Amino acid sequence: MTTRREFLVLAAASLAAPTAAKAQLDPNLAAKRKAAYEEALGKVVGGARVRAGRVKLQLPPLIDNGNSVPLSVAVESPMTAADHVKAIHVLTQRNPLPDVVSVHLGSRAGRAGISTRVRLADTQTVVAIAELSDGTFWSDSAEVVVTLSACLEEGLI
Amino acid sequence: MTARAARLFLALSAARLFVEPAAAGEVPLSERRSGYEFMSRETRAMQDDDTGNPGTLWVLDGEALWKRKAGASDRACSDCHGDARESMKAVAARYPAFDPALRRPVNLEQRINACRVGRQKAPALAYESRDLLALTAYVTRQSRGLPINITIDARTRPFLEAGREAFFRRQGQLNLACAQCHDDHWSGKLAGSPITQAHPTGYPLYRLEWQGLGSLERRLRGCLTGLRAESYPYGAPELVDLELYLMWRANGMRMETPAVRP
Amino acid sequence: MARAVVTVPAQAKRGEIIEIKTLAAHAMETGFRRTQLGELIPRDIIRRFTCTYNGVEVYRVDLHPAVAANPLIAFTTTATETGTLSFQWVGDNGYSVTEIAAIRVE
Repeated sequence: MTTRREFLVLAAASLAAPTAAKAQLDPNLAAKRKAAYEEALGKVVGGARVRAGRVKLQLPPLIDNGNSVPLSVAVESPMTAADHVKAIHVLTQRNPLPDVVSVHLGSRAGRAGISTRVRLADTQTVVAIAELSDGTFWSDSAEVVVTLSACLEEGLI
Repeated sequence: MTARAARLFLALSAARLFVEPAAAGEVPLSERRSGYEFMSRETRAMQDDDTGNPGTLWVLDGEALWKRKAGASDRACSDCHGDARESMKAVAARYPAFDPALRRPVNLEQRINACRVGRQKAPALAYESRDLLALTAYVTRQSRGLPINITIDARTRPFLEAGREAFFRRQGQLNLACAQCHDDHWSGKLAGSPITQAHPTGYPLYRLEWQGLGSLERRLRGCLTGLRAESYPYGAPELVDLELYLMWRANGMRMETPAVRP
Repeated sequence: MARAVVTVPAQAKRGEIIEIKTLAAHAMETGFRRTQLGELIPRDIIRRFTCTYNGVEVYRVDLHPAVAANPLIAFTTTATETGTLSFQWVGDNGYSVTEIAAIRVE
């Protein structure tokens, strides 16, 4: 499906001078981003099964500006030497690159999690995956709506 | 291209929004609201917590610069003004202020540069440079929580009137006045974004769109470009007059620097 | 100049989980933006953040261009002993910043 944003970009690119052609969207963009996401996911989990649960990914559902979106991940775990979270990965499905952050931690963290601020290029699904010390993977995802600010700087066209 | 195309779309929508003449009037005191109140919970939280507010990085830079010797005089701001937490308290809340030498109001950035050139014998800092923003943010931070306090006298009244006139004057290819959005339609939205009342309570502020700190003049220049009007250069008298009017219009509201805005 | 700010409690009880907040001054240029002339602006990001506690790594983050400018990283660690928490940000173009915080554990 073509989003409003992609439509606007394509429409503008088709109207603009040849210099704008550099910025023209690849018609296979959606498929390429999906493939990039699948590849990034594969690097994180290998062939392992990813189960829903244990992970809580928090993002505001409606976002003032995609340049800086508060994101936090918390994973349920006793965080002992025998049973803890080894890594937390955050991936996006429609950013130019799927990777956001990868956290490497251990029992000394006390609680498994991270709070940060991320860039979201578009309305999309964000995924957090936790790798546990027993080798299992758990995940949560969140749908976010990114709106464009009305009063952007630079010029109009 | 994405943003540009969207802006054209918004410009066209905005033009449609204002075909009917609107009654122009200033926002009554009881209804004045900071841009803070129009923001999402998350963006407010980003402003409220100093340890997570990215504007803190500039304020701390400003503190270091305040104490650093500069120019041929080999003096720091602190050598004359001492502890900014005392000496600069409430100062930014009364800027732009009248400069007797120039016989017109100057904004805080211009006041800082006048001190650098005149007293420290150092070159002026460029508008929007990290150092000028940092010093301005640090000085203004000393007014946080205090009310904006612009006093107008016979010397400054003509400049206030010039700023007011600019606020109500239709400008640019969209033929819009500031007042049409910020006095008459502040409860509405432009595309998905709330239209605010344009009270400059938090400058210099961290704007998520800028991904950095910026001055009120940067914002005003952005607004003018948005109207497809020709903008003024940084420090232009027209911009300072408008800043004076906006600060006067926000008299009594609390300073928030360093604020965060979308 | 303040290139990074860290917030760490000055003291804690042994075994207490403490909250740490860090901010680094960095544009996190994505490598996807273009100038008005259409030229690509090269990527310039922080790639790695590491927290060590008395020399032992306790928390590490790999960052990608999707992390917002002036990155905030907040996390927890267990107060084990009196000593030093060291925070290091390493990135493109030789960027490297280290901040240190002392903690007293009773």
